[in-house]
Amino acid sequence: MTARTFKEVCAHSLMRTVAGFVISLAFLMAFGLYLRARPILVTKPLEELLFHTVWNPSQGQFGLANFIISTIWVTAIALIIAVPLSVFTAIYLSEYAPAKIRNIARPVVDLLAGISPVVYGVWGILAIVPIVRDYLMPFFSEHLPFFPFASDNYTGFCTLTAGIVLAVMTFPIIISVTEEVVSRVPFELREASLALGATKWQTIKLTVLKKARPGIIAAIILGVSRAFGETMAVLMVAGCAIQGFPRSIFDPAYPLPALIANTYGEMMSVPLYDAAVLLAAFILLLVTMLCNIAGWGILLRTERRGM
Amino acid sequence: MNTPARPHIMTEHLTVHYGRQRVLQDISLAIPDRQITAIIGPSGCGKTTLLKSFNRLIELQENVRVSGKVLVDGENIFDPQIDVTRLRKKMGLLLQRPQVLPMSIFDNVAYGRRIHGCKNRRLLGEIVEKYLTMAGLWDEVRDRLHGPASQLSIGQQQRLCLARALAVEPEIILCDEPTSALDPASTQHIEQIFMELKKDYTIVIVTHILRQARRLADHVLFLYLGELVEHGPAHRIFDTPQQARTRDYILGIIS
Amino acid sequence: MDLRKIEESVFKFLMLTSVVCVVGSLLFILGTVFIKGWHALSLDMLVKTPQGGYYLGKEGGILNAITGSIVLGIGATLFALVLSLPLAVYLNLYLRKNSRRAFIMRFFLDVLWGIPSIVYGAFGFTVMIFFKLQASLLAAIITVGLLILPIMARSMDEVLKTIPFELTEASFAMGATRLETAMQVVLKQVLGGLVTAVLISFGRGIGDAASVLFTASFTDSLPYSLFKPVATLPLAIFFQLGTPFPEVQERGYAAALVLAILILAVSIAGRLISGKFTRHVLR
Repeated sequence: MTARTFKEVCAHSLMRTVAGFVISLAFLMAFGLYLRARPILVTKPLEELLFHTVWNPSQGQFGLANFIISTIWVTAIALIIAVPLSVFTAIYLSEYAPAKIRNIARPVVDLLAGISPVVYGVWGILAIVPIVRDYLMPFFSEHLPFFPFASDNYTGFCTLTAGIVLAVMTFPIIISVTEEVVSRVPFELREASLALGATKWQTIKLTVLKKARPGIIAAIILGVSRAFGETMAVLMVAGCAIQGFPRSIFDPAYPLPALIANTYGEMMSVPLYDAAVLLAAFILLLVTMLCNIAGWGILLRTERRGM
Repeated sequence: MNTPARPHIMTEHLTVHYGRQRVLQDISLAIPDRQITAIIGPSGCGKTTLLKSFNRLIELQENVRVSGKVLVDGENIFDPQIDVTRLRKKMGLLLQRPQVLPMSIFDNVAYGRRIHGCKNRRLLGEIVEKYLTMAGLWDEVRDRLHGPASQLSIGQQQRLCLARALAVEPEIILCDEPTSALDPASTQHIEQIFMELKKDYTIVIVTHILRQARRLADHVLFLYLGELVEHGPAHRIFDTPQQARTRDYILGIIS
Repeated sequence: MDLRKIEESVFKFLMLTSVVCVVGSLLFILGTVFIKGWHALSLDMLVKTPQGGYYLGKEGGILNAITGSIVLGIGATLFALVLSLPLAVYLNLYLRKNSRRAFIMRFFLDVLWGIPSIVYGAFGFTVMIFFKLQASLLAAIITVGLLILPIMARSMDEVLKTIPFELTEASFAMGATRLETAMQVVLKQVLGGLVTAVLISFGRGIGDAASVLFTASFTDSLPYSLFKPVATLPLAIFFQLGTPFPEVQERGYAAALVLAILILAVSIAGRLISGKFTRHVLR
């Protein structure tokens, strides 16, 4: 064996090892978190952990329901705001925008993806909290005082605020994925539709979006996972207090990731506390993993079939 | 057939640039009504560009510049007043590879009528049957009209595209090498349909297959490197070409 | 005007509004952080560590967090680089273009990319407990390194994908091994893109807070040991905004501005570099 081939063989096996490590990392994470969460899973029935609302670690009560509901609330609000804005932006950028606007908007989307979650949190505290507190909340409590707007939380740190901040944080993933799938629709297909006398919008609505639909759904799923797992920004603006079931978009929310982040200091002293918190992390891992498997699975499949 | 018919499409000094590259240079021609006109020439000579300037689809390319005029029924189509969707409705387009829309066979044919505002289901059903029959596809697909169009064979897909184009009741059919992706049997099928259709439609067909042009065309345009070298009735171009380059191309010396 | 035209203009208006919202939100964020941070920023802020405890002390600056973040960012980036580069080369030169294995690898990287950073943090924490380690710079480097690994590997993979097959083929045809082809032909071709991938990952690494919350902890001192806790900008913001003292909060705002500027600078540099290098690259 020459030195050259020896090097080649070494490099190859090294790369394979790295590849194997990366593949196993996902399983390792799931397994590690499961192992740490196991103590509570064997002592408490799963439905009590997931569906009970009482969270009182020192009394040995670990109901995660409020946190789960909070996460769903916040994610839903974020998506209601982010999906239309992102999808419209993506369509505009790939179909209508002149090169000049595209060249401005693309870096903007990249920058939004790169900004630190904590900076989003600062923005939330400085800008969104006052808007919600001084304008939205008084308006809704005066004119629409019913579900899901009625609330007695006047701080501005609430579900809606978290949803707005999260919406901006999910823009980049939804926009970039949607733009890619839309622009991957073959040019000839548009030509075929335009040649029949369709307007540009009709072509997009009836042909392009139809073809791109699985990809757009994948983009939204990935957005869900992003919003579901976001921690710091939410922790800073959501209020993070338990006032029972969150009934209003102006009530404080306390999502799962925030729970994990908030309790890290104290959790070692109370029995089962750390297991409960790591169970929350395990749930988070499972949900985001499933979302990502679904989202990327759809995208890779459509890519493989050449759309 | 030899008598010059009323021109349906005319161009006057049509010049097209992609960026700095000139693709078509000072083209003036007339395409006669209700005949088959073949545009021939070696690949990359601007045949497709010429075809797509007739319905302004070239405007979709980046960095394209067009000067000169294209007149359809005497109207300059580059006039900003003109409604481009109405213009395109007047012309069916058949591309090299069939581009079926991501929907059922029925919806593919009905698509054009729907976007132009037809909602009546019975009427749409009649239209779909009529034009699928015209494109010679009705008998093959009548039982699976609502199945996905993408499951048809390539030859069937191309005929579906033809039916789809006919369904908006165009006056002109533009074809860009419509048979180049098809097997010989499907090619023959499509050519037969063209011979039928020319009674009612003006057909412009881009082809690099000389025998196809000979079989179909009444009128021939020969393009070479963006220039219109020669045009005239088919038999004259093929039998007594005036230009040396035309003769060389027809004899297979340049390609 | 006919109905189709009206519909088109309505939707065009909606789309333009959306674009304005998206672009506007970036400006809004940066504007907010800049205005608030600008007042708080001073030379002292940049060159001093907090005096009398970061949570209570009202004097001093955020040097601890700036240096901590940079050291942590560089460490994590190097750690991720050592793993990502072989991975990207493996995906593009050693595996065939549409091989099943490459498909699975990319899929796993994408999925890892989507796992929230708090989960990485929690995982790092369990590993720390397993090895009986304390929160430390080393633990943070490994956790953040794993967090940015999929980002870096996937970006590099996308860069390497642009290499025309003919180029590698030409190199193989001369009898070069795959490793030689990788080192001498391919990596030079895409150096700019790779640097960009590294910079983007660095930006993500210094910006993330949830993963270092458990693993790096926080401290008033400068980073001096791999085995001691380290301060980071995101946590400096988070902790110091949480206090009731305006003077301490100022430090948080200053840290937010510094962090935003750092990330902006890194991404703009990344853009410029990839633009500059691609001019010499065959396409």
